[in-house]
Amino acid sequence: MSAPTYDLGKLHGGLRLQAHKAASTAEPILQIPIPDQLVLPITQHAGDPAQPIVGIGEHVLKGQLIAEIDGSLGAPVHASSSGTVVAIEPWPVSRRHGENAPCIVIECDGEDRPTDAADALADWSTLLPGILLKKILQGGIVGLGGAVFPTAQKLMEAITCDPDYLILNGVECEPYISCDDMLMREYTHEVLGGARILLHALELDTCYIAVESDKPAALRRLGEVLAELDDDRLVLKQVPTIYPSGGEDQLVQLVAGREVPTGGLPTDVGCLVQNVGTAAAIYDWVVHNEPLISRITTVTGDGVERPVNVEARLGTTIADIVEYVGGYTEHAQQLIIGGPMTGKSVTSDRVPVVKATNCILVMSEAPTIGDEMPCIRCGDCAAVCPVQLMPQQLFWYACADDEAKMRSHGLTDCIECGCCDLVCPSHIPLTADFRTAKARIRELADEKSRAERARQRFEARNERIEKEKQVRDDELANQKASARQAGADAIAEIMKRKQQQDEDQ
Amino acid sequence: MEFARREAPYIRPNVGVGSMMLQVLAALIPAALAHVWYFGPGFLFNLIIATAFCVGSETLMMRARGRDPMVALSDYSAIVTAALLAFALPSLTPWWVTATGALFAIVVAKHLYGGLGFNVFNPAMVGYVVILVAYPMEMNLWVAPRMGDIDYISLSVLQTIKYTLTGSLPDALTFDAISRATPLDAMQSGLRNMRTYAEVRTNPMMGDFGGRGWEWISNFFAFGGAWLLVKKIIRWQIPTGVLLGLLIPAGLFYIISPGSNASPGFHLFSGATILCAFFIATDPVSAATSPKGRFVYGCGIGFLIFAIRKWGSFADGVAFAVLMMNMATPAIDYITRPHIVGHSRRSDKP
Repeated sequence: MSAPTYDLGKLHGGLRLQAHKAASTAEPILQIPIPDQLVLPITQHAGDPAQPIVGIGEHVLKGQLIAEIDGSLGAPVHASSSGTVVAIEPWPVSRRHGENAPCIVIECDGEDRPTDAADALADWSTLLPGILLKKILQGGIVGLGGAVFPTAQKLMEAITCDPDYLILNGVECEPYISCDDMLMREYTHEVLGGARILLHALELDTCYIAVESDKPAALRRLGEVLAELDDDRLVLKQVPTIYPSGGEDQLVQLVAGREVPTGGLPTDVGCLVQNVGTAAAIYDWVVHNEPLISRITTVTGDGVERPVNVEARLGTTIADIVEYVGGYTEHAQQLIIGGPMTGKSVTSDRVPVVKATNCILVMSEAPTIGDEMPCIRCGDCAAVCPVQLMPQQLFWYACADDEAKMRSHGLTDCIECGCCDLVCPSHIPLTADFRTAKARIRELADEKSRAERARQRFEARNERIEKEKQVRDDELANQKASARQAGADAIAEIMKRKQQQDEDQ
Repeated sequence: MEFARREAPYIRPNVGVGSMMLQVLAALIPAALAHVWYFGPGFLFNLIIATAFCVGSETLMMRARGRDPMVALSDYSAIVTAALLAFALPSLTPWWVTATGALFAIVVAKHLYGGLGFNVFNPAMVGYVVILVAYPMEMNLWVAPRMGDIDYISLSVLQTIKYTLTGSLPDALTFDAISRATPLDAMQSGLRNMRTYAEVRTNPMMGDFGGRGWEWISNFFAFGGAWLLVKKIIRWQIPTGVLLGLLIPAGLFYIISPGSNASPGFHLFSGATILCAFFIATDPVSAATSPKGRFVYGCGIGFLIFAIRKWGSFADGVAFAVLMMNMATPAIDYITRPHIVGHSRRSDKP
């Protein structure tokens, strides 16, 4: 059996936050019934939008492909249940930018009839890695930890880098969120099965399963199943409970002791990180031919009557889910999709559960304990920054809009974990300011590239004009030269003729 | 249902500048009580006058800058400045001297530079240096500490108030009768008059390490400082830097020539060394801010204190050392930036 090990790398800073996870892990995962209506955004992944391939009025089956990608970065979308497509229209979704996004709306018939599983695979362990990857691409599987990067593309990129380790991320360090914890407890075989499929597809022989020390039940269950499987490629690693140890780059630092280079990916240092939920989704798709049409999500916070983890079909709205688990309390003042540190605040509960939705957090508003005050450079923010930035200095440069200094002090390395905000005695919203500053840097870079393009166009034009002038001048000179030559020739001719005349006389 | 839109993170901090400053003030209480015990109630009057002028001028400056005075007053930083200034003053100080220092600290050193967070120099030290230069005689009137010597004369509360308000002593007393050279003064002039360290130490005002009374106040400063370290209000880099920066050169000189140099222990427990290490140099606004930078900054202050005491014309060099290192802060911060995770270790420095 693989015992939890402690030979870990070091993470700078971080915070020990109050977990708030006990409430939502008290009971098993609750199945949410199929709602009357499903709202499926065509973009539930990082990359280009998928293209709808169903028309309004068309009847679809559970698991049927309804939006596909054609070669670009992205993931296809499948119908979460059977029913009729009633609209393809903008709908409120939980994204950082923009309120509405195009969605396929399905009126469910309640029968939940699946498509014929015609192309179910043979035993995966006999397949070539390339075929497995293609299969994963068709399953609509994306990183379920929150970044929703299309898994198949991530794996393909990883293969070209020839990684050393697969790291399964079961850390889930943000407060309130417990969906991965419950997944690891209840779907342990699926998680570890997914890990074995990934190892096979990547032709790797080490997979670290990283779990935070505050999840004893999940650790115990994983240990039991690992003993059962007796697969020494799978190694369970217990990581300390420190936020944000579950960030991809932070986890690589902890588990492999390697720093992901700035602007790079974990694969640059030989590591590939996958969320435990992603591994389970891969297992369900490859072994049971079930595409990604449902996920486990945590419904919690003092704004809901019954904090619990639920398994809901993608496209079920938050309103439907909360109603099913007992409704809101009087404290329901803000709705956050994701955790309290990095989640996205949304204004309406009409947003659907999508592949990225790991938590539905309904909270009362935190009481404000005083206005924003000037920075006193106490440096507490630098002490907790996991990337070892100096937020106090960055804040100065952001205020001064000093792009060069912001870059040299690593603004683009900020992972927006929010630790600095939480320790700031002056209550400066540092993370929000850095988000704005990053956007500003991008804007400046755009401006610069626009100016550069304009400069190139201008120089090209000057060059062209210069060239044309040169050509004209050359022609003129040629003409002149030939004219002069012609004159000289004519004179010579005349002289010659004259001479001849003279001789004749 | 509709909800409010906010920016991540949604958890709010449970710390504040105000509570930090209050804890700094609390950490000064033991030393304040010791000060009153050894040098009489004058300290309290100085503290009241300094606080009144600091808070008053802060209010007026905030009004003049078109801001709400309560924002600045609620952080208690003006009171911390007043307290540090009061600790630097002799217990018998006429009110106008204290007031000048307080006004300079808040109006010039703090608000003319942009208020809390923007002051380049430590306000209390600016105020102190101004009055040290402007009122040298008043600033040298240190009474002997209780249990200092046999002919110990103490002023009553009323006599102290009278002196503080008018600057005149009771009829029978002269400055010379009640004032004593501070241990640092005695040491500096003694050593310069070719007396040995051991000879100077025979003076009854000398205690185990520093001066009698003085060393106990230093102990209480260290006690308060340790509490601040435990509460993480201050971090170890600056205090350690100051103490090492002072003790290493002091130790070296003492080893080489024990007769003509004060011992490291004397340096440590005399003057404002401990006050500086834990309360003055640790003012975050005017100090360096990177962890390595803070250590360098502390070392610089410690070394300058030693240099001024040994070769300078002032007996204690704390205020000048702090102000000089304040000037070096931006450069220190720039040079000592920490390694950013994921950056190559060599290309960190542009």
